[in-house]
Amino acid sequence: MGAPGSGEEVERVAVTEEAAALLRELRDEHGPLMFHQSGGCCDGSSPMCYPAGEFRTGDSDVHLGDLDAGTPEPVPVWMSRSQFAVWSHTHLTIDVVPGRGAGFSLEAPTGRRFLVRSRLMTDGGAGRPAR
Amino acid sequence: MAVYAPPGQPGSIVEYAPRYDNWIGGDWVAPVRGRYFENPTPVTGQTFTEVARSGAEDVELALDAAHGAAPAWGRTSPAERALVLHRIADRIEDNLERLAVAESWENGKPVRECLAADLPLAVDHFRYFAGAIRAQEGHNSQIDGDTVAYHFQEPLGVVAQIIPWNFPLLMATWKLAPALAAGNAVVLKPAEQTPASIMLLVGLVADLLPPGVLNVVNGFGVEAGKPLAASPRVRKVAFTGETTTGRLIMQYASENLVPVTLELGGKSPNLFFADVAAAEDAFYDKALEGFAMFALNQGEVCTCPSRALVQDSFYDKFMGDALERVGRIVQGDPLDTGTMLGAQAGNDQMEKILSYVDIARREGAEVLAGGERVDLGGDLSGGYYMAPTVFAGQNGMRVFQEEIFGPVVSVARFDGYDDAVKTANDTLYGLGAGVWTRDGSTAYRAGRDIQAGRVWVNNYHAYPAHAAFGGYKQSGIGRENHKMMLDHYQQTKNLLVSYSDQAAGLF
Repeated sequence: MGAPGSGEEVERVAVTEEAAALLRELRDEHGPLMFHQSGGCCDGSSPMCYPAGEFRTGDSDVHLGDLDAGTPEPVPVWMSRSQFAVWSHTHLTIDVVPGRGAGFSLEAPTGRRFLVRSRLMTDGGAGRPAR
Repeated sequence: MAVYAPPGQPGSIVEYAPRYDNWIGGDWVAPVRGRYFENPTPVTGQTFTEVARSGAEDVELALDAAHGAAPAWGRTSPAERALVLHRIADRIEDNLERLAVAESWENGKPVRECLAADLPLAVDHFRYFAGAIRAQEGHNSQIDGDTVAYHFQEPLGVVAQIIPWNFPLLMATWKLAPALAAGNAVVLKPAEQTPASIMLLVGLVADLLPPGVLNVVNGFGVEAGKPLAASPRVRKVAFTGETTTGRLIMQYASENLVPVTLELGGKSPNLFFADVAAAEDAFYDKALEGFAMFALNQGEVCTCPSRALVQDSFYDKFMGDALERVGRIVQGDPLDTGTMLGAQAGNDQMEKILSYVDIARREGAEVLAGGERVDLGGDLSGGYYMAPTVFAGQNGMRVFQEEIFGPVVSVARFDGYDDAVKTANDTLYGLGAGVWTRDGSTAYRAGRDIQAGRVWVNNYHAYPAHAAFGGYKQSGIGRENHKMMLDHYQQTKNLLVSYSDQAAGLF
């Protein structure tokens, strides 16, 4: 499978229509957006949505792809490189559910929360790293 | 066994107010923009109160109050501050049952855990730091015959604390007790899932603290948490939560050049060596309970032992007994003292857990128990209940690598010591770990070889105030609990004094 930056065009992230609609709302209020996928405690494993540039990404992050949410510009999705090492065999779809959320993600006050749904990049589990 | 009446219903020992303002400068202060948000109980899904939806302007008011109070509070004697902490502890103890029911209702956790753990630990924590601050002393160094370096501990001033929703009162206590003992003024931002029980607690202790020493501002992270964490008016930020927000808080702190302490979760391994089954005795029974500890607080614990690593040679026997033990977990109304497993904290948490069940199945993990949402009927049908869930699989699967924050344990086998430690350490995190064995040497070696800040040996999920808690690797920075925590809330003042009357001779 193609690693980000390897030049291979492999889709790693997608967005549901409900989540895209929420992104369009948030875009109207906050301007261009970005996601950084969290890990760890509490609201960990949730995708965090910020105004573009609010969260500083660097060499320790991987750009998973850009979401076409019908916003004026695509919404980039990032993850820390170390987390990517254990998530890379799965494809992520950003969805939305009712909920309170936590952290500083932009959608929390709307009573909705972005959520990641995962499937294997390849069918049948062949993409799972051997450990 | 007893069933407590839900708050707000006849016979309940708890009454929540219909609305909570912020607590600023020793007073209840309405949010500047007049906005509030609803606070539902995960027990039934119904809203039971509303809470201030604060913004940057409310955070500024709280910071004004804290800055007004900090100088005088920082100059009080340790004995005086210790007495205040003791009085807070006594007040909580006197109201322990009320607070336990209030917390259970707001968070969904079984009231028996609040009664037996959360609240007694909170009481003890305040008492511990009351003792620790009185016993603390500085150091002095003899530099030469006439020169002495004195080292004093001084408070930082005004500190920001952002706490999680899994133990609303205990996590507040973990942060507040050392900060207040050390002489700081605090602006606390509770989690938006559990903003109300802390306000009950604040109301109970309101008369014990000088106005402005403790300020509580509620609201959403993006609207109230961020302006607090990013404020140039705080001398330190303490946060418990997840990695992305942890990094963001460090980023803000770097802009202000202030320190942070971060507790960001884990994926704690719980190792069972074959000798635990050498006899079917009390110790073996204790180890089986140790396996079932993944269900404590519905798994909503940063140190949830969510990876069980079981030695191959006794895997079948142990897992047979362990699954029997899991099958005896009583799930039900959190306000029933017989209930062991209550509700998840909210809908999005429930959905996240189910999304992990889904990817676990897609990755080929075997479901040994649970794996589905539970409908408890009646009013509880609106709540968020997850069956205790056991997966078998390999450590590379996502359910072995991420904190699910649900009553979910993923089990893998190991064949020997080296394999056990290698698998245990094959994780981004290093907060907690468990080691179960009758062999003292194995226990010691594993305890030292596992890269985690807390390794429980032949016990799990104990949180005494006098034991340091915190993470290796991506689990965070700094420690909580233990008197060393005072260092995280103090500056070192060095007074370098010459008692000589001789010039240095340079000019």
